Amino acid sequence: MKRVGKNSILFDNVYVLETATSTGPREKKGPIGEYIDKDYENLNCLEKSWEKAECRLQKDVIEISLKKASLEEKDLDLIVSGDLNNQIVVSSFTAKDYDIPHIGIYGACTTSILSLIVGSNYIDTKTFNNVLCLTSSHYATSEKQFRFPTEYGGQKPDTTTTTVTGSGATIITNQKTTIKITKATIGKVIDAEYKDAQDLGKAMAPSAAVTLKQHLSDFNLPASYYDLILTGDLSLGGSKVFIDILKEWDIIIPNYNDCGLMIYDLNNQEVFSGGSGCGCAGVVVNSYIMALLRKKILKKVLVITTGALMNPISTAQKESIPGIAHAVAFEVVE
Amino acid sequence: MYKKYYISSKYYEVIFLDKKIFQEAIEKNKTKRPILKNSIYAFVIGGLVCLVGEVIRLLLMRIFKVDNKTANTLMLLIFITLSSLFTGLGLYDKFGQIAGAGAFVPITGFANSLTSSAIESKSEGIVLGTMMNMFKLAGAIIVIGAVSSVLFGTIIYLLR
Repeated sequence: MKRVGKNSILFDNVYVLETATSTGPREKKGPIGEYIDKDYENLNCLEKSWEKAECRLQKDVIEISLKKASLEEKDLDLIVSGDLNNQIVVSSFTAKDYDIPHIGIYGACTTSILSLIVGSNYIDTKTFNNVLCLTSSHYATSEKQFRFPTEYGGQKPDTTTTTVTGSGATIITNQKTTIKITKATIGKVIDAEYKDAQDLGKAMAPSAAVTLKQHLSDFNLPASYYDLILTGDLSLGGSKVFIDILKEWDIIIPNYNDCGLMIYDLNNQEVFSGGSGCGCAGVVVNSYIMALLRKKILKKVLVITTGALMNPISTAQKESIPGIAHAVAFEVVE
Repeated sequence: MYKKYYISSKYYEVIFLDKKIFQEAIEKNKTKRPILKNSIYAFVIGGLVCLVGEVIRLLLMRIFKVDNKTANTLMLLIFITLSSLFTGLGLYDKFGQIAGAGAFVPITGFANSLTSSAIESKSEGIVLGTMMNMFKLAGAIIVIGAVSSVLFGTIIYLLR
């Protein structure tokens, strides 16, 4: 492990062992539904409260990923996890049922990649052997936390996004597998002074562009080095802004997509501008993208997750919404 | 004005130039709200809601022979009950998405804001959840109602 350039890290020995995903009904019906391991027919996931439902999604992916990797609970050295609830209670309440050390992180919707960066440090320094990186979000808990009650009849603008109900887990290890985590770039908080909390994609797009530019310049790579550059949850408007900013800097990205646009069928599902939340990138990367990497259809993928740094109080106080973005590169090794 | 907050003035200059690029890109991709379409939908659907209300009121007066004032109250009660019922069934938010202000302005919107807040906070218990949060959205309307009635009441009193 070494530092490269200003904000980036080059990893030597971090590999993806197994991944697992669990979602609600809407994600299962989406275009990547067949890659999802477990799904529920209802948003309450057979639990009494939305928060408990989100816990259940997290527990599901822990169990499934352990089973897939044929590991036991004692083989895991650390859980790094986070979600969108106040004081990340869902992650903590999930971790209380396991005899595994836990680091709780909050990175808004960047959590899936941020947890990988945090976990990879322990793996690459050979401190730990197996680390589980976990994230989740739930439509109803997020609506409650950041927006209006679920059944409130206010009109939502087309720019708003739909929080993904789902959880994704990645077990990373220092034993060689086919998928390697090679590079990471830690993003800066960027404030474009955008204030529309109903259009978070646009508020986060500048930070994603800054992180990508930093990543490419730190490693001295062209954007075409990657088979796919994937952003977390910029949605329809945000991804256009992202591309336009990069154009200004003469960076052309040939293979670009956004997790928020991949997880739902925007034309046939009522999801407004696309998916968002920690679970968005968490589910897409840990299901579909990992499957493509395993089949070697994609060989080098850069995932940049983006987070909007706000809470309902800051929005009510008319503060702008800064964004942050972290990047991790997955590469197939022979 | 901004400059004094930054420790490094060099970073300020870089971020200032970038910020222009960001804001131009955001401005370029601005999503227009379909104001005309929303207004027409709100006008037509909101109007229909009121028409139904008027029909109910007249029917109450014709069939049950109640006086004008009682018919008004009964009609409002019917609307509040129906709105709360449809909120609970998960249909009102879909109606609101299409109707916009047409669903928000009539008393049905008020009932929806109360019921939806109450349902949302159910998991936190009766006192700390439902009772405390029920008026979270509707509180603003009640405050403006109370303040404006005091204000206009005073004006009417003075004019008399």
